[in-house]
Amino acid sequence: MTEAYLLPIIWAGLIAFAVMAYVVLDGFDLGVGILFAAERDYEERSVMVNAIAPMWDGNETWLILGGGGLFAVFPLAYAVIMPAMYPTIIAMLLALIFRGVAFEFRFRAETINGRWWWDLAFFLGSTLAAFAQGLTLGGLLQGVKVTGRAYAGGWWDWLDGFTLLCGVAVVAGYALLGATFLIWRTEGAMQRQNRRIAEALGFLVLAFIVVVSLWTPFLNPIFYHRWFGWPGIALTAPVPVLMALLVVWFWLGILREHHLTPFLCVVAWFVLCFAGLGISLWPMLVPPSITIWQAAAPPSSQMFLLVGALVLIPIILAYTAYSYWVFRGKVGAGTSYH
Amino acid sequence: MFPIDAFHVARAQFAFTLIFHIVFPAFSIGLASYLAVLEGLWLRTGKSVYLDLFRYWMKIFSIGFGMGVVSGLVMSYQFGTNWGAFSDRAGPVIGPLMGYEVLTAFFLEAGFLGVMLFGMQKVGPKLHFLATCLVALGTLISATWILSVNSWMQTPRGYTIGPDGRFLPADWLAIIFNPSFVVRLPHMVLASYLSVAFVVGAVASYHLLRERVVRDMPRNIAVKTMFSMAMWMAAIVAPAQIIMGDLHGLNTLKYQPAKIAAMEGDWDAQKDAPEILFGIPDMQAETTRYKIELPHLGSLILTHRLDGEVPGLKQFARADRPNSAIVFFSFRGMIAIGFLMAAIGLWSLFLRWRRSLFENRWIMRAMVVMGPAGFLAVILGWITTEVGRQPYTVYGLMRTADSMSPIGLPGVATSLLGFIAVYAVVFAAGISFLLKLMSHPPVPGEPGHPLGQPTRTAGLTPGPAGAAPEMGGHDPSFGHAGAAE
Repeated sequence: MTEAYLLPIIWAGLIAFAVMAYVVLDGFDLGVGILFAAERDYEERSVMVNAIAPMWDGNETWLILGGGGLFAVFPLAYAVIMPAMYPTIIAMLLALIFRGVAFEFRFRAETINGRWWWDLAFFLGSTLAAFAQGLTLGGLLQGVKVTGRAYAGGWWDWLDGFTLLCGVAVVAGYALLGATFLIWRTEGAMQRQNRRIAEALGFLVLAFIVVVSLWTPFLNPIFYHRWFGWPGIALTAPVPVLMALLVVWFWLGILREHHLTPFLCVVAWFVLCFAGLGISLWPMLVPPSITIWQAAAPPSSQMFLLVGALVLIPIILAYTAYSYWVFRGKVGAGTSYH
Repeated sequence: MFPIDAFHVARAQFAFTLIFHIVFPAFSIGLASYLAVLEGLWLRTGKSVYLDLFRYWMKIFSIGFGMGVVSGLVMSYQFGTNWGAFSDRAGPVIGPLMGYEVLTAFFLEAGFLGVMLFGMQKVGPKLHFLATCLVALGTLISATWILSVNSWMQTPRGYTIGPDGRFLPADWLAIIFNPSFVVRLPHMVLASYLSVAFVVGAVASYHLLRERVVRDMPRNIAVKTMFSMAMWMAAIVAPAQIIMGDLHGLNTLKYQPAKIAAMEGDWDAQKDAPEILFGIPDMQAETTRYKIELPHLGSLILTHRLDGEVPGLKQFARADRPNSAIVFFSFRGMIAIGFLMAAIGLWSLFLRWRRSLFENRWIMRAMVVMGPAGFLAVILGWITTEVGRQPYTVYGLMRTADSMSPIGLPGVATSLLGFIAVYAVVFAAGISFLLKLMSHPPVPGEPGHPLGQPTRTAGLTPGPAGAAPEMGGHDPSFGHAGAAE
């Protein structure tokens, strides 16, 4: 058990945590943007934006930690994945630019037309960012062609039915996160509307989860063996069982009109899907050829950042929680904060 | 002038995205500190004018910060998309520094920005002030790490090179506190403060010039206050920046002599060198044409001795020279702006002494014209240091030409066009919103940020002793929803 063996394992866990945090936290932000499609009224949309405005910037920072962390501790993976997924990464960045500035700009625009355009930018930016993230995930799962220490494939290697399915699935998943978040943080007509949306999206997202989960093991014999061979199946079998329980709990939450339960259940769905991805990929970072040990920066680099990360991440979580606590409670146009 | 291939388009993309990006961090670094000062003064004195100014500039900060975030995200991913070979080789050294930037700065800024923008009524003034200070601190910590990274690329230290060509860390303190970092960081922070001082001064001057002065009627006290604060900053920081720039020059002469030679347009090493005020460097003919020179001054400036030796570009192989035609002019542009700023700062001291600072319309006109000058100087300075580092990404060790991802021209060109189109729309809109906010003067009872505020406030958190009336002094119906009711 040398540090060259252990450090990449610890860092893989931390990077996975950062990406997971990003997916859940910015997932509901992007979902709220996607749900602009279901809400035409400017004032109602403002309530939706108000629900996420104080936190979205912090939420997006997990994406920078995911990317920056990859650069810091797995530079080879960063140097291979970014060129391999070039079109989807660039599309995501451009989309996030529109989404990010639209928060401010939609309030600053003084004409009805201007507001309509920045609302459209918020919706399209959120949707395209989610779609591009799904494509990136799908492309990565398919495998990346590597020669030497660099990407060796073409522009569109990642593009096929599976990646497109992943793209649409992530858009639907984020929209569901957004809808359940709004059930939690709003009340009255908006809450009722989002409960209906969450109900419909719940079915859709589950269908996507089932199809992607069944498709993934057939992308790569390693994945297949991991899921259905012994001893992998001992680890993988509980995942669908847990998932089934959470699905039931989600629907109970919706039917009994709980405020927070549906959101927590969907977050748990995402965590489980993410765990499933981890089971498939481990210990590869860039399937099928680069493992976490091959991609790792030297132990001195990983150790140097790890010391800081172990101290700072708990502090970050603490003040992020504080910020969420400050802005707790329902938001609404006609009501004051509680 | 340059061939159109993937390499040059990727470089153009980096230059384009960096030039747009750098303006906003410079703005955020300076403005966050200014906001912390304003709020601190409000809490200390209880004077509502500081709260009005705080709220006025906070709305502007909010837009500028957002544009810095989105354009910065592009920068952090561009290392991988376009410069993968560089990321792979230099990642073990500079990656952890950027990781620390995210962990110590980005989260701090983002975590407390929400409280700073929307949380005054929820957490009360004292905790709110703490949030403002933490955001300001975050901008400075961020500058520290990223300038350490850039400085390491200019003056690499504390590394070894592995058998596979990767840079491996050997001594983290030597890496972080590399030779050019200690001058680059204060130079950039001062530049940020100076840039913001000139923006604040320009906005104040614009409103002072527009104000109708009626006898016995007091002028807008908030405008006067920020004008005075800005002119103090100009008078103190601009001369300090010239001294800092001089120290930076000495440092560059010592560690990057080719860059200095290109900046000066000097081709032959010489003692007792003249200073070329103007000329046109010709990289092909290895000469600087149409020179206007001042004798002795070149050596004096660079070595602080009349007979000191200064380097010439011919000392370096053609393939190792930075482009003198670019850095010669960008450097002179930055210097000219710097001296103009210092001159205005000293002028303001003179007018203050004569007690006519608030009446002299010429200095106000000069300030309006010079409003964006700080940002222009920042851009020109970065062009000088980055083009001057060429043809290397890691100075003297890794060539820019060997740093690219295996990405072809179609991809890089398409993404560059995408960035140009998106930045044109987003930054044009953002700057127009900023100018719009600046075109209104701060008013007594300046409203807070419209976003995220309850549209009908119920209770108000009491302020500090004597300051409570100002806290709730704004029209609670202000905002998006209120406007439509």
